[in-house]
Amino acid sequence: MESLSNRKQVVSKKEMTFMEKIYLPAILGGMWITFKHLFRKNNTTKYPEEVREFAPVYRGQHVLKRDEQGRENCTACGLCAVACPAEAITMVSEERKKGEEHLYREEKYASTYEINMLRCIFCGLCEEACPKEAIFLTDRIVPSNFERGEFVFGKDKLVESVEERIDITKRQHTGKRGTK
Amino acid sequence: MATSELIEKFVFIFILFAVTLGIAAYATYFERKVAAWFQDRIGPDRAGPFGILQPLADGAKLFVKEDFIPERAEKWLFILGPGIAMFTALMTGSVIPWGKDLDLFGQSVQLQVADVNIGILFIMGFLSIGVYGIMIGGWASNNKYSLYGAIRASSQMISYELAMGICVITIVMLSGSLSLRNIVEEQHGMNWNIFYQPLGFIIFFVCALAETNRAPFDLPECESELIGGYHTEYGSMKMGFYLFAEYVALFTSSAVISVLFFGGYNFPGMDYFSGNTLALLGVLAMFTKTFFFVFVFMWIRWTLPRFRFDQLMHLGWKSLIPISLFNLLITAIIIAIKEGWFN
Repeated sequence: MESLSNRKQVVSKKEMTFMEKIYLPAILGGMWITFKHLFRKNNTTKYPEEVREFAPVYRGQHVLKRDEQGRENCTACGLCAVACPAEAITMVSEERKKGEEHLYREEKYASTYEINMLRCIFCGLCEEACPKEAIFLTDRIVPSNFERGEFVFGKDKLVESVEERIDITKRQHTGKRGTK
Repeated sequence: MATSELIEKFVFIFILFAVTLGIAAYATYFERKVAAWFQDRIGPDRAGPFGILQPLADGAKLFVKEDFIPERAEKWLFILGPGIAMFTALMTGSVIPWGKDLDLFGQSVQLQVADVNIGILFIMGFLSIGVYGIMIGGWASNNKYSLYGAIRASSQMISYELAMGICVITIVMLSGSLSLRNIVEEQHGMNWNIFYQPLGFIIFFVCALAETNRAPFDLPECESELIGGYHTEYGSMKMGFYLFAEYVALFTSSAVISVLFFGGYNFPGMDYFSGNTLALLGVLAMFTKTFFFVFVFMWIRWTLPRFRFDQLMHLGWKSLIPISLFNLLITAIIIAIKEGWFN
């Protein structure tokens, strides 16, 4: 068969020549290669002191965004839960009452919204499915824990606080409206 | 023996002991650094500046770990194993001449613990006892992997000691003495044995690699097959003794190589110096050579993959022994011609 990569090599079981049999040239060659590596630049990132920059496509812990007036974007349509291949997302929807207009943008909102971080595969399909630009994956790492139950993140951990917004402008998908 | 001489020896032994242990401790640090440099990494750098306190941290860690003895293990032999390994590794350093005599307080101090007239035989003897440490430890562990490691170690030692011994005989024929001091004195200035015995040096070096159980001959403790080999069951400072003994052996065998082939404390241009300057420069030369060989040992370890066991035996019995015998024969003939036996 024609080789596709042009890297095909025919393996031969020929007898080693004398120079190959005494090993020494090969060993010295190998030692020369390692010796050259003595003077190479190391490519270590000293982790706690310096942190490697995340790629804009990195998909980490989710955030539920609020709009400019601090109202939750999520309308509990459930499209994220449907899109989720790992079935990690569950939610309970509720109707917005009078006087709650400053909390929720639409007439319906999610009273509970949970993502099981152990089930989640961080594919980002929820982010793609969301019509309200409510859920985004960020460059934050999901912290480790001792208990399995702690990995079910509720609204307390997912919704960004009004004062401390989570910046997603450097992300690959920032939403059509450019939500900050 | 006069009291002053006794004290002098005692102090020297103490210094040598401390230096050997210190160097062995820092050899572990240096090994990890060298490995890192060869692999474009940084290596240990957390304990102290550049990580120079790493050996202390390692030692402290080993001391505070649980000193565990397996239930089915042969208790006393299990404890004896690391002790023998450490003892023999340290003993070989006692006959190595570290420098010329030093003049201190009007007394001439010999920089050698004991100028035994059969010095090199003493070293060979202790090297062979060294395998008992591994053998006893591996057997007493009552673990098949440990036993495999021990068996491999002993068969490897037996195979490579022969070629090594033949190389030593060649050197002894050249210098006409078994005493290490005489062997060094014979190589005055730049008159090193390596220029007469390059082949002997290569064989001796390969055998030294095998005797110290270093890569590419580290079959007794190959992690991928034997989970650590003879010290699988060991923990705490007993484990530390085995690891330490390996580095002490590494240091002393580097010293033996520099004594036998690279002139020990001789260095080119040594005739321009005299007295204490010469002695101290000699010690410096000796240590430079020794450290260079320690580095080469590490260099080889981080370059070459492990031999297969049949390749190891093949190399030892079918290659190194015939070549060293051939080398011995040629050297003998040349010496005989020079001495005028055929006239």
